[in-house]
Amino acid sequence: MQPATANASDPLVALRGIGKAFPNGTRALAGLDLDVRPGEFVTLLGPSGCGKSTALRIIAGLSEPSAGAVEWARTAGATQGESRIGFVFQEPTLMPWASVFDNVMLPLKLKGAPAATAAERVEAVLGRVGLAAFRHSYPRELSGGMRMRVSIARALVTEPQLLLMDEPFAALDEITRFKLNDDLLHMWQALRTTIVFVTHSVFESVYLSSRVVIMAARPGRVSSEVAIDVLYPRDRNFRTSPEYAAFCRRASDALAQAMAAGGEP
Amino acid sequence: MSARASTNERRDRMLRTALPIVVLALGLAIWEFVVRIGGIPPYVLPAPSLILQTLAADRALLVHSLLVTLVTTFEGFLLAAAGGVGLAVLFNQSRFVEYSLYPFAVILQVTPIVAVAPLLLIYLPQHAAVLVCAWIVAFFPVLANTTLGLHSVDRNLSDLFALYGASRAATLWRFKLPAALPYILGGLRIAGGLALIGAVVAEIAAGSAGAGSGLAYRIAESGYRLNIPRMFAALLLLSLAGIVIFYLLSLINYLALRRWHESALDPSAR
Repeated sequence: MQPATANASDPLVALRGIGKAFPNGTRALAGLDLDVRPGEFVTLLGPSGCGKSTALRIIAGLSEPSAGAVEWARTAGATQGESRIGFVFQEPTLMPWASVFDNVMLPLKLKGAPAATAAERVEAVLGRVGLAAFRHSYPRELSGGMRMRVSIARALVTEPQLLLMDEPFAALDEITRFKLNDDLLHMWQALRTTIVFVTHSVFESVYLSSRVVIMAARPGRVSSEVAIDVLYPRDRNFRTSPEYAAFCRRASDALAQAMAAGGEP
Repeated sequence: MSARASTNERRDRMLRTALPIVVLALGLAIWEFVVRIGGIPPYVLPAPSLILQTLAADRALLVHSLLVTLVTTFEGFLLAAAGGVGLAVLFNQSRFVEYSLYPFAVILQVTPIVAVAPLLLIYLPQHAAVLVCAWIVAFFPVLANTTLGLHSVDRNLSDLFALYGASRAATLWRFKLPAALPYILGGLRIAGGLALIGAVVAEIAAGSAGAGSGLAYRIAESGYRLNIPRMFAALLLLSLAGIVIFYLLSLINYLALRRWHESALDPSAR
């Protein structure tokens, strides 16, 4: 599969001159421009406080920009039982009182999806994240990695056109994170969805993405981009290849530049 | 878990059951002994054995009174649960209502119920007055706890419900109320004991008016007649009723939360 390139198609969603100021006067974002094209795996990489998460919340519509606009492609619509956006938070953010099955079912219930097909869709997506056997378990009975899988299943169950992920694996150990990285790439390819992924790990961003967008802080804005034009599927061999190391160096240099250009802390 | 730790734990659990029983038995024995040796007359201090005899002899009367008090307590508790949770939900949905009514809920709570009961008895029929007393005392912890629970919900889950365009009703029913359940149950556990206290206070206040037949009324009436053993017997039944109420509500709490909430988890399963 080819990584999406700049001229592949019109953006699925575009941020135009986004600014965000909080009531306390903090300018989280200023003049942020970003195009996300269909099928891309874009990573926002930047130091903490550069507004990556704020940008994600604005795309999701959970936060209103103080300036600029979010433009969606005309084909991006939401029908009954569908949601064009899936969101995975930094924590699994599951309902502790509900079983795995009911947690994943939640978006369909809220969207009023027909009950007959809903259960099937939940079963299918649980199978996809490898948790079919745990459908009756409660979140507290699962490990951190499994909870995050449930969270991803819940985000995918509405078959979103855009999956937003806010440092989803930051709290996991490295072994679990690598496994989830690989599984996420498989799902992304199988579902042909579009992903915007926030991380502060250079290595994770290069391994996963077709394009790494490096952000500078105070106020948050796009500093530079590194296209990771390496074919998928990527696996352990890629992780240890000189090519991977070279991309990591480029991304790392770009991040250092962005941090040097950032405003006073 | 090692065998030694498990033995220690079992011994610890045994001690926790045995020690209070030993203390109780010791206390009762000393009480009985002092009354007999000192030749204290029953109208000053009845011996435990006499209290038990009285309980057996007057059981028809006392059990009837117990039921009357329990029914009032239960009704007051249900009203308090419904009123407390209902008001908290209303407050949560509308700032306007919260600002308008919350101060009065606090006033109801801080005014001593013993002082309010006689007034209520002037304006309300006795059964209604007793019920209102039970309600006034019991509803506030439910209101306060439920309010706290509804405000302490996970922000990210809140965002998730917003993302999927959940209606207010769906957000309340599928998210806020379940999330607040541990708090609500905590409030109910306190309210159960308080409803009993409210009912007793009102019965005592009504005592001299004399139309009632609850346990607290029996205590007041027995007091006027210097029937001290019966006072103790009624008191014993009241505190047994309080204990049963507390443990019943604790059981409900455990059954509702054991699968998911930290407070109800079995510590040995960790």
